[in-house]
Amino acid sequence: MTGGGTLHLAVATRAFRRYSTYRAATLAGIFTNSVFGVIYSYVYLALWRANETAGGYDAQDAVTYVWLGQALLMTIALWGGGTTDDLAERIRTGDVAIDLYRPVGLVGWYLASDLGRAAYHLLTRGLAPTVIGFVVFGIALPDSPVAAAAFAVSVVLAVVVSFTIRFLVASTAFWLLDQSGVKVMSGAFAIFFSGMMLPLVLFPGWLGTVANGLPWASYLQVPADIWLGKHLGADLLVALGFQLGWAVLLLAACRGVVRLATRKVVVQGG
Amino acid sequence: MADAPSVASPAQHLRTYGQIAWLWIRAAWQYPTSFVLLAVGNGLITGLDFVGLWIMFAHLRDLAGFSLHEVALLYGSASLALALADTAIGSVERIGTYIRTGRLDQMMTKPVPLLVQVCADQFTLRRLGRLTQAAVVFGWACSFVDWTPLRVVVAVSMLLSGALVFFGLFVGFSCIQFWTTDATEFANAFTYGGATVTQYPLSIFPREVLVGLTFVVPVAFVNWYPCLYLLGRTDPFGLPQALQFASPVAGALTMGAALLVWRTGVRHYTSTGS
Repeated sequence: MTGGGTLHLAVATRAFRRYSTYRAATLAGIFTNSVFGVIYSYVYLALWRANETAGGYDAQDAVTYVWLGQALLMTIALWGGGTTDDLAERIRTGDVAIDLYRPVGLVGWYLASDLGRAAYHLLTRGLAPTVIGFVVFGIALPDSPVAAAAFAVSVVLAVVVSFTIRFLVASTAFWLLDQSGVKVMSGAFAIFFSGMMLPLVLFPGWLGTVANGLPWASYLQVPADIWLGKHLGADLLVALGFQLGWAVLLLAACRGVVRLATRKVVVQGG
Repeated sequence: MADAPSVASPAQHLRTYGQIAWLWIRAAWQYPTSFVLLAVGNGLITGLDFVGLWIMFAHLRDLAGFSLHEVALLYGSASLALALADTAIGSVERIGTYIRTGRLDQMMTKPVPLLVQVCADQFTLRRLGRLTQAAVVFGWACSFVDWTPLRVVVAVSMLLSGALVFFGLFVGFSCIQFWTTDATEFANAFTYGGATVTQYPLSIFPREVLVGLTFVVPVAFVNWYPCLYLLGRTDPFGLPQALQFASPVAGALTMGAALLVWRTGVRHYTSTGS
């Protein structure tokens, strides 16, 4: 068991290093995230000026939410991408056959490598916009060490949930050979239902209830609410439990799909 | 160098562009499920974008002084212009990849202007979804406009000039990749950032930002100034009314600047040699 742990840690470290090679890309990305942070901050400031308590947030909560969103955008790979794109490409070319006869599970291998990628993106493209948001717009910081620790756990769970969905999307390539169509559809849902487009607290009535129950709520709304101190005490455990529940359920789904794919699908040769 | 052998007319370039584009449409059909999902998915992204605006207005009566109809006019016109530009030249964003893989070298050996080849390469109709969605929103918003002949002229010129401004921004900022091949995302701040800004009334921004959006990254001409005229509103920043008719000038200038940058970029280009 310890052997497996070391292996996955090694996979994660390699992914971290692989992404850290592209320094100029990282800087360009931080710049772009910050520009979008500024744009959305002004949009939300106008919104909360017109309605000071919209969705139970105040203006500072709203602006904090904007910058957390920009910080987590790459970490949770909202647009899709990340290491699951490598998987989709390997399915298309047939190289996945090599992955399948490795003595390690496909899901665990790619999850480890995606966590390595996410760690790199969190430390660069997550941290830098947060600092800029703090300096320029005075965003709120977590109230207590408990909130900060819970936020950290919540971000890890957010990455896992996002990974499982991206993994399932990439797996459609086993049947469709090309994931791009499904990826765009899934990205559209992710942007809308994660609260990246607009905080889910603003969604009215049944739409709000549905959106808050879907796995995408784990991406941004839940971690952001924990950061903002909207979940306290038992409520905090419920919020983390919500993310954990989806993570476990979707990981099982990933395993099931891999089993189905290896049994049913002829790997592309050539 | 690349443009040297072409003595062909613009009409011929357009035909070549069409031929390459048609090739890629047929290629995309090889994965029909993906093709349909891509078109629907792209329509969905922008559709949900508008649902986002609509949800916003469930909490507001107006956003920085603009009603939902007025914001819809801004949103629809900018979306249409962007969809037109992106359908025509969306692939220009990928020149970094072409440089890295050496495909740009291959393209340079062909008797078609490089820009035409790059823009037509991997042409995709995925933006059809966005075009349709933008047209519907724009059409709806138009029904609230008090039309006069001059307003019709301004509206048509707004869409064309808006597409030109986006053309220029996409081509111009993609040229960064001639100098650095992995800082692609830097351009997104100006291209997609500019597109995002145009979805909202610019009165949400401080004056300095508006000045930047007028004279540096001129996206204010895509829809803000002409829409002020269509809506019969006075400029909230008190800028001269002449700006409301200046979109074609802004479009031509942006496009001209972009072509100049493109030329410089191509001249500066040295192959990666791989």
